[in-house]
Amino acid sequence: MSIIQMKNVDLYYDKHHALKNITGEINERSITALIGPSGCGKSTFLRTLNRMNDMIQGVHIEGEILVAEQNIYHADVNVENLRKNIGMVFQQPNPFPKSIYDNVAFGRRIHGMRDRKELDEVVEQSLKAAALWEEVKDILKKPAYGLSGGQQQRLCIARALAVNPQILLMDEPTSALDPISTAKIEELIGELRKQYTIVIVTHNMQQAARISDDTAFFLQGEIIEFDTTEKIFHTPSDQRTEDYIAGRFG
Amino acid sequence: MGQGNWRIRKITDRFAKIAFLCATLFGIAFLGVLLYRIVADGAGWLNWDFFTNFSSRFPAKAGVAAALVGSIWIVLLTGPIAFFLGVGTALYLEEYTKKSWFTRLIQVNIHNLAGVPSIVYGILGLAVFVQGLMLGQAVLAGVFTMSLLVLPIIVVSSQEAIRSVPQHMRNASYALGASKWQTISRVVIPTALPNILTGVILALSRAIGETAPLVVVGALTFVAFVPASPMDPFTVLPIQIFNWTSRPQDDFRAIAAAGIIVLLVVLLTMNLLAVYLRNKYQKRY
Repeated sequence: MSIIQMKNVDLYYDKHHALKNITGEINERSITALIGPSGCGKSTFLRTLNRMNDMIQGVHIEGEILVAEQNIYHADVNVENLRKNIGMVFQQPNPFPKSIYDNVAFGRRIHGMRDRKELDEVVEQSLKAAALWEEVKDILKKPAYGLSGGQQQRLCIARALAVNPQILLMDEPTSALDPISTAKIEELIGELRKQYTIVIVTHNMQQAARISDDTAFFLQGEIIEFDTTEKIFHTPSDQRTEDYIAGRFG
Repeated sequence: MGQGNWRIRKITDRFAKIAFLCATLFGIAFLGVLLYRIVADGAGWLNWDFFTNFSSRFPAKAGVAAALVGSIWIVLLTGPIAFFLGVGTALYLEEYTKKSWFTRLIQVNIHNLAGVPSIVYGILGLAVFVQGLMLGQAVLAGVFTMSLLVLPIIVVSSQEAIRSVPQHMRNASYALGASKWQTISRVVIPTALPNILTGVILALSRAIGETAPLVVVGALTFVAFVPASPMDPFTVLPIQIFNWTSRPQDDFRAIAAAGIIVLLVVLLTMNLLAVYLRNKYQKRY
């Protein structure tokens, strides 16, 4: 079942045509990987899904993106609620300069949760879901910056999970991490797939092949091919996909 | 490379180090002499009476009570006014406006204002606050004038503090569904606050040392009472010190030195507070 549908999406940075006629569907409770060379538009596309591009000056978007049957670019859409429903994890771990607890509780607090017990519960559940609870349960009041890079990234995942999103967007979440932390995050992503729809941008093709169900190959602002990961990596239909997968460019 | 070349480079290195050491010592030496002279002259006059007495034409009875309280009034009232106006302006310019010719114009003018001689602010204060708003030669007129004087400094330093909050932190907040104000009030301001406060305190320590604009606004040099409300006439430490140095009796020069010690202690305390804040909340991101 698809949860996100893109219909003829075009995006312009001023005059630059960054995304061209993006069309396709993203399946619920699956992992969709976005691959392609630098500057191909995959991160830009990811940010159209939670409207983070709105904040960049000069961005203009045409076409429709439906999330749960609703066009998220419709004038009536409440962007704050949209982003609550569609979490995001960034390339660099970016915790707030606050305690571990306050980082995870941040999202719920801004959405009005005040009760200490409820917050405690949310923080514990989210940290457990992000496979970080055992490591931090005794140091919840310590600053998040004391954690290692990999722990910080899992903290950011916990922070995103705490507001109960349906969809999780990840923008190269492991590119700043060492191999062991990367393996942990990949394992975690596989776990999260049971409950969440995950869209992940990655530079690492092995990563896409390892963890994703579907893969979209971007090139110069277009989706060249969008199919099951199995098909993209073994029997791609387009010569350019095959060349990229084989490492002939990019 | 030859042995000779190596020796020359070694000697050049040592020479450069000594030259810069001399430059540093030059400044420190003069500061030391200055401090020594002031303390030697003035320390003898520092006693409890000096803090509780008003200025007097008899050296033995002269004190800084009125000037010290006047200075404290100025700093305590200028602080919040300049803080809210300055940080508000900085937030507006950094977080709310898009880059345009208009914001560039504001920006350039703020930088220009920071360079305007303080006497000009005094004249402005005289025209607008003392006469225009008919505040008279009161503490409040001095406070408003001083607020204007330090405003550009606070705006610029706050802007830098706000700009140094990494964009990815704002993004993290927005991505959780925070509104603009929630992002600013819960992420940007708390992160930038230590640097903002440092800037504000340094600006205020400039205000406490300023003399010229308050002379123009009408801070009196002979005040035999403590200003009880912001509408009372007042004087401040630098003006009082200046007044003492121009008295004919020798003793007043020593009293002026004692006044300078008081002023320096106030200033150094404020600067230490700024350093403390900066170190305590050093950038951890």
